Amino acid sequence: MMKKRNITFYLFIIPVLMWLIFLIVLPHIDLFLSSFRFENDDGNTVFSFENYLSFFQDSIYWLTFLRTAFYSIAITVLAFVLTFPIAFFLTKVVSKKYSSFMTLLLLIPIWVGELVTIYGWMILLSDHGVINNFLIYLGLMDTPIKMLYTDFSMIIGLLYMSMLFMIVPVMSALDSLDDSLIEAASDLGASKWTIVTKIVIPHAMPGIASGGIMVFMLIIGDYVAPNILGGKSSLWFTEQIYNFFLTTIDWSQGAAFGFLLLLLSSAIIWIVLKITGQKLERVGS
Amino acid sequence: MNKILEIKDLAKYFSDFTAVHSIDFFVEEGGFFSILGPSGCGKTTLLRMISGFEEESKGDIIIRGESMKGIPPEKRPVNIVFQNLALFPMMNVEKNVAFGLKRLKISNDEIDSRVKEMLARVGLEGYEKKKVTELSGGQRQRVAIARSLVLKPSILLLDEPLGALDRKLREHMKIELKLLQKEIGTTFIYITHDQSEALVMSDKVAVMNKGRFEQIDTPQNLYKNPKTSFVAGFVGESNPFEIVSYDNGVMVTTNGWKLEKQGLDYTPKKLFIRPEAFILNPIVDLENLDVVDMKINTILFDGANTKISAKIVESNDVVLISLPQNAQFEDLKEGDIVKVGIHQDDLKCYKE
Repeated sequence: MMKKRNITFYLFIIPVLMWLIFLIVLPHIDLFLSSFRFENDDGNTVFSFENYLSFFQDSIYWLTFLRTAFYSIAITVLAFVLTFPIAFFLTKVVSKKYSSFMTLLLLIPIWVGELVTIYGWMILLSDHGVINNFLIYLGLMDTPIKMLYTDFSMIIGLLYMSMLFMIVPVMSALDSLDDSLIEAASDLGASKWTIVTKIVIPHAMPGIASGGIMVFMLIIGDYVAPNILGGKSSLWFTEQIYNFFLTTIDWSQGAAFGFLLLLLSSAIIWIVLKITGQKLERVGS
Repeated sequence: MNKILEIKDLAKYFSDFTAVHSIDFFVEEGGFFSILGPSGCGKTTLLRMISGFEEESKGDIIIRGESMKGIPPEKRPVNIVFQNLALFPMMNVEKNVAFGLKRLKISNDEIDSRVKEMLARVGLEGYEKKKVTELSGGQRQRVAIARSLVLKPSILLLDEPLGALDRKLREHMKIELKLLQKEIGTTFIYITHDQSEALVMSDKVAVMNKGRFEQIDTPQNLYKNPKTSFVAGFVGESNPFEIVSYDNGVMVTTNGWKLEKQGLDYTPKKLFIRPEAFILNPIVDLENLDVVDMKINTILFDGANTKISAKIVESNDVVLISLPQNAQFEDLKEGDIVKVGIHQDDLKCYKE
């Protein structure tokens, strides 16, 4: 059934379309085209897959990607393990009155911004920072442990900025879990562990999956935390893209790597969803 | 008869009110025991204490001679059918029913055969692989009951499980539940605010009000001889009256209707008369029969439950009278004055 659209419909749809086309679709098309541009030996710009092929030919590139992907998956899993008990506590244990206040407390770090929280972690983790000084003051050790500019500090930073994106969807999934299901399971003889693994987690699975996707994408595409908190050896794939764009000024190569990152990280998500039997439509809802 | 459940001096205090005042009762093995009361009377709290989800403040719960003090819900020989059924939506029918069995140390073969047998018993053969969300209300009901009964509990607790069903299905499930209970012989404790459910299904009914049991009796006795004014008003339909004076065997209602009731050793304050206790056009010379003139206000037709709303001519009290749907009273109509008799035994009087 076709209906005549009125003026308000166009008033709303035009800004949306303009936003999508000019700020998202067109730049992507341009980057996509430039990713195939390659300067051959004669100095002519030609259409080529060379930019993409170099990813596989030079081991430093794909090894960095593997490392980035592995860390991203590990941090995503870690984020779930750390936040799930908190989400369960806030939705099922604490009374409604306190839980909304506590959720608000959880969200405060987001308001500060990633860069500021990262500098906060630098103060905590540096050689003469709060944690090292405190441990030395307690007499547990004499010389500071090197924590800043290592993989450890990078993981902490990435974990800290992404945890909330896990906890929010998991909390909303747990919120919809009927308490009587937990009681019914316990009445039928299930232990706490069985209740969590057979009832609570299966119920929260769509929330966990959508939180997982968000956290994974945020981490694998993050630049600030690995760059500031990571050490010389803590290579992150986004840093290579950054270098192509701004250090070697090779936009075509940078664009190709950008699309590879998008492609490969989407492939990882697709594989994980397939393995866990989740459907993307349900995750989105 | 064995006492399968004994409740001794059981009470539950919350910070700001008392949900259950010291209650004592017992349930016989193989019986269908109902706890009937209005919402907020404490019946759900009582049930949750028996199942172990709520800790008692005082007293003891004894099942098959064993005290349940400190025993968590998963270790008690009772199972509960929840008000909203609480089926596991992430599992199919078979997995729902097998859930409890999987927690025991039994072989998969035995689990399969017990699940099959139980599903057959509740008439759900062939539904093993269905999702619980695909079932009708009545079928979901049966899955919930099967899921509990398959564990062979000493007692099955049912918390208003028919509440969410529509009227027709509820009537049907009432009969089905009673037959199922008779067939398998498990003791049922059934919580409800619906008196018809309690009366139809139960061997014994406890009427609960404000955290106390008002009366524990068979459904027949509860209806015929309510011990307190609350039971008289709550169980079955009744016409309530306030009594202002009682002198020489004559009671007077607030509006001035005089009724004879001999032999009371107390001063009645409340009077209840069932709609069916009024006899239309009685044989006047029967003994102990009060006869009054009433004017028919309106006829409330409802099939077998049809009633007349009538005004007592002498006092203007309005009462509901059952009207049998037979040829004798076919031509009664609004505005008619009829003679109505009430037998003294049918006047249920209470001190408070």
